[in-house]
Amino acid sequence: MRTAVVDAPINAAALIAEVSREANGAALLFIGTVRDVNDGRAVSGIEYTAYRAMAERELGDIAGEARRQFGTDDIVVEHRLGTLELGETSVAIAVAHAHRSSAYEASRYLIEQLKVRVPIWKLEHYADGSRDWVHAATRNSTELL
Amino acid sequence: MTVTVLLFASYASALRTHSLAVELIPGSTVRDAIGHVRELAGGHSLPSEIVVAVNERYVKQDRVLHTGDTVAIIPPVAGG
Repeated sequence: MRTAVVDAPINAAALIAEVSREANGAALLFIGTVRDVNDGRAVSGIEYTAYRAMAERELGDIAGEARRQFGTDDIVVEHRLGTLELGETSVAIAVAHAHRSSAYEASRYLIEQLKVRVPIWKLEHYADGSRDWVHAATRNSTELL
Repeated sequence: MTVTVLLFASYASALRTHSLAVELIPGSTVRDAIGHVRELAGGHSLPSEIVVAVNERYVKQDRVLHTGDTVAIIPPVAGG
């Protein structure tokens, strides 16, 4: 199991190679990329920032939960920070498991928990030159405890 | 006692800083620290319900603070 918050481009193929073993009958790769439109506005890029120390710890906690819950140590998650262009990979999650159903469940768990718990923010850059913070997941602290 | 308050993303833009030193009386809670921040220039733009972490863990606002604690006010997260 490995998780990281990175500044350099993510090599997704390397992540899937990292989790692939002969004991695993299923390997899944989720890739999140920068989309060209959000809420009807043309996007030209996204600047990702984080509370880095906490983001790294929270990501590690989530992966640990997935390992216990779904029974595989073959989990690698990387989230990138900095300014990304359209189509670039912002997050990659590689999961391998003896069986596909658990691999799918673990992958889904990792991305959904990441999106509500890991302190990372997006400043969207729009084609018209304006910029705005994305407030995607709104939760109160009670739900996060 | 002094605690460090960290601000990020839209909250850092509103208060024009990423970090503040806040002086509190002993026994103060997260809620007290946030109250101080709300009184600063730009602090009125913090939403009524906010998410807070102390020393990198999400906490409730009745959490008692100790000198040297780092209080992070976490805007709605948007990773992925």
